[in-house]
Amino acid sequence: MKNRAITVSGTILLTIAVVALVGPWLSPHDYVSTDFDRVLLAPTIADAHLFGTDELGRDLFVRTMLGIRVTLLVALVASFVSLVIGVAYGAIAGFVGGRVDAVMMRFVDTLYALPFIFFVILLMVAFERNFLLIFVAIGAVNWLDMARIVRGQTLSLREREFVEAARLTGVRNRRIIFRHIAPNLIGIVVVYVTLTIPQAILVESFLSFLGLGIQEPQTSLGALVDAGVNLMEGASWALLFPAGLLALILMCFNFFGDGLRDFFDARQAN
Amino acid sequence: MLRYTLLRVLGAIPTLLLVIALAFLMVHAAPGGPFDDERVLPADVEANIAHAYHLDEPLPKQFVRYLSGLLQGDLGPSYRYRDYTVSELIGNSFPLSLQLGALAMALAVVVGVSAGTVAALRQDSYLDRLVMACSMTGISVPVFVFAPVLVLLFAVKLQWLPAGWSSASGGARLVLPVITLALPQVAYIARLTRASMIDVLGRDFIRTARAQGLGTLTVVRLHALKPAMLPVLSYMGPAVAAILTGSVVVEEIFGIPGLGQFFVRGALNRDYTLVLGIVVFYATLIVLLNLVVDILYGVIDPRVRYR
Repeated sequence: MKNRAITVSGTILLTIAVVALVGPWLSPHDYVSTDFDRVLLAPTIADAHLFGTDELGRDLFVRTMLGIRVTLLVALVASFVSLVIGVAYGAIAGFVGGRVDAVMMRFVDTLYALPFIFFVILLMVAFERNFLLIFVAIGAVNWLDMARIVRGQTLSLREREFVEAARLTGVRNRRIIFRHIAPNLIGIVVVYVTLTIPQAILVESFLSFLGLGIQEPQTSLGALVDAGVNLMEGASWALLFPAGLLALILMCFNFFGDGLRDFFDARQAN
Repeated sequence: MLRYTLLRVLGAIPTLLLVIALAFLMVHAAPGGPFDDERVLPADVEANIAHAYHLDEPLPKQFVRYLSGLLQGDLGPSYRYRDYTVSELIGNSFPLSLQLGALAMALAVVVGVSAGTVAALRQDSYLDRLVMACSMTGISVPVFVFAPVLVLLFAVKLQWLPAGWSSASGGARLVLPVITLALPQVAYIARLTRASMIDVLGRDFIRTARAQGLGTLTVVRLHALKPAMLPVLSYMGPAVAAILTGSVVVEEIFGIPGLGQFFVRGALNRDYTLVLGIVVFYATLIVLLNLVVDILYGVIDPRVRYR
């Protein structure tokens, strides 16, 4: 049952990613060319406007695929940033322990209570809207869960016999961390990265939806949904395709991550 | 209890200070000033403006000035809405957002707890699977996707409800915004309730209550509901944060002149003081609400007081 959730959502995600990569290349249209004879065209196979066109006559299929690429790219990079910060922070807190750990975790608790998205927006206002900054800001927001989980895991690993044995035979701290503790963290870290990805996608598309994220003519799924909202009364396809795909991608990542977590939990219980 | 409450209140003060300092520093670390336009001003005019807004002072002094203003409820002047202070703008627009958020929260708790309880009582039935599938959808699909799709369906196609925010439509204009705002929280609360209800229903005191011949409803109402609500209660802080975030989107889509809309406008216009003020206001609100939740937790569950 759980494995089915992983395979089905994984397959859907892979298909979407492949189509997003290959699709624009096969289409006769590109993402910037306007065509004022074909404005707000409903989806049709004849012209290869599979998702219709927008108010400038741009092909929405190619734009949506491009949006998916940007969304996935932002999500992957942001998750990587949060992975690095979260693992480093959590591992240090867990390994050092004691008072350092208490202070570090109290700080995480404090940050947990904050409406982080507002701080990201504040960053966007203070510094010019910079694409790189979106990655970093989103990553900087999403590391808290990772830090908590890694810290908990490190704390329990530190007390295990094989670490004790390594310590007794005179292995240095550095080596203990990299050779004995880090490899045991990989499973749980992988699971939580897959659960961080949908969160990163959510933040990016939220910012782009508000017009604070990616700028025209570049696009992302959030920006396309925003554009679709303005067109929906006459051209519902401009809203429904990007909105539907965004929802589908988010759901698949959530199911995938959940399935993976249950899979690892079951394995650990055995 | 008094000691516990005092400790909590004292604990919230450094959090608040940290939050305000963080927000303040972020804005002031930015390259360029709020008045950097394409139009180049004479140097002395620029110096005068900087002086009028105290931008020529060293940063620590500006921060202390900001803090002391904050204590008196003064968040400074808005850089774009020239005739208003930030406090006035917040005071004018927040009541509407509060109304919206409070209604959404009430709806989320009532529907979420009921759905979660029903799912827990019929664990592994089709009803349970249905509730969980809906809840997963609700958690995954963002507000800004739900909102336009609901508008398209109920306002544009079926024309049951108004899409915009005109006073002509009366209370009906609240329906769609409140539902959209509540949906993700309904989903989350339903999941939380189901999990903790299943846990509580398996405990010994529930078996005892059942053994006394009490009906399912009575057992849930009198014995299971209170302990099962603890995780939901501790979720209230994040829930409020999520509703505030959501209200930014909902106000934008439905054209509601609330605080969220000012926030987005301020961000797009680079109105530093307004954005800073709203972030500080939101963060303070959330820290205070978390404090209330913490204290309530101590009231409901005496065990946490003696930890």
